[in-house]
Amino acid sequence: MLKRLKLAILNSQIKRSIFRVGIPNTDRKRVLIVLGNVFLHLHPTKVRTSAVKLRYTWCAGGLSFFLFLVLTLTGVLLMFYYRPTVEGAYPDMLDMRSAVPFGIMRELHRWTAHAMVIMVMVHMFRVFMTGSYKPPREFNWCVGVILLVLTFLLSFTGYLLPWDQLAIWAITVGSNMARATPLVGAGGPFSDFLQVGGVPLIHPGDDARFFLLGAREIGGTTLLRFYVLHCVAIPVVAGFLMAVHFWRVRKDTISGPL
Amino acid sequence: METKPVTSGQISPREAAIRRLKAQGVLDTDGRPMPRRRFLMNLALAWTAFAAATGSALAALFAFMVPRVDFTKTEVFKVGQPANFPPRTVDESFKASRRIWIVNDGSRIFAVSAVCTHLGCTPNWMENERKFKCPCHGSGFTMQGINFEGPAPTPLRRYEVTLADDGQIVVNKGRQFLHEKGEFDDPKSYIAV
Repeated sequence: MLKRLKLAILNSQIKRSIFRVGIPNTDRKRVLIVLGNVFLHLHPTKVRTSAVKLRYTWCAGGLSFFLFLVLTLTGVLLMFYYRPTVEGAYPDMLDMRSAVPFGIMRELHRWTAHAMVIMVMVHMFRVFMTGSYKPPREFNWCVGVILLVLTFLLSFTGYLLPWDQLAIWAITVGSNMARATPLVGAGGPFSDFLQVGGVPLIHPGDDARFFLLGAREIGGTTLLRFYVLHCVAIPVVAGFLMAVHFWRVRKDTISGPL
Repeated sequence: METKPVTSGQISPREAAIRRLKAQGVLDTDGRPMPRRRFLMNLALAWTAFAAATGSALAALFAFMVPRVDFTKTEVFKVGQPANFPPRTVDESFKASRRIWIVNDGSRIFAVSAVCTHLGCTPNWMENERKFKCPCHGSGFTMQGINFEGPAPTPLRRYEVTLADDGQIVVNKGRQFLHEKGEFDDPKSYIAV
């Protein structure tokens, strides 16, 4: 009776359409299951026990990814109660503490963000100290450097969203740096060269800072711009590069202790 | 069982493996594997913990989606003195801002909801024909809000009206009165003139 039920389940269209292979009782079937599963295939088929020692990796990369997942989850939840508008942002941020269950959600997002920046740098330090950036892993080091920059940009764009004095002046200072960008910043070096018949091509109405703020000064356009970058654009790029990063870790294998 | 003689200071690979498994807890101190009962107990415990963690996380997620404060504006407001609403007239001055009409049918003043009971459009008051007419599907209502033509299934709803200390009429959209429940004779639903 039980045996017939078991066979009926194993041979059912649903079971076969999801898992493709039957009972994994041979090495070939086990490999096929790992290859055919989107979650399992990301993990290396072979990991040296010496290379996953906590003493060696500090699990810093894994913890960075875990913090990213926590930030994604809490961030999506915060999006339900936050309006990226000049009138709505600050009151919404305050209301998240008391008018919404789990007022700790925003703090969770904030502290996790700080922790992620620290953890990514710890991960980079570990990779540097163990020499794991050396060939054949030099490409993954470069991907990691871009991911570090994206982490900083996520932190920077998220800083404006509370829309309090600290946020506005921090972004004022940060975006003023864009003014000094060579060639494309209105106050930067070499931007004077870009002119046609005495008319400057780069001026405060079209330079790098204007591109960042969506206006000549910080305002509603900046808030909306940073919100979209923070919630959609940068996380999508970072997620894509993370997939590449993890894939390369699998393909190049984790470096072992010396 | 045959065991190789062990020279002092050296351990056989088999002995080393047993010691390692003992250290990992796979074998107990006597070298026996974990009893089946204990394995099943551990398995049940692990799955219970996992289910509890997942369940409470989902419950918390659900709780987070229910805000503690409703920021909808309070729908209690004054509309003016009863004398401002002459007998047998429909006042449309609050239709755009509050979506109500103040109707004086000659014996009572009441607040009529400007929401068609068919599919929620806003009807118009046709002064020449003395009726409310919905532009969406042609439902018609009398001055009292009683449906008499078109698809609307019930009369227009009414809101609570009371008199404030200064004599003004106060409309409370938080409480509505339905004709089909026989609530139009409720003293809170009208002001006698």
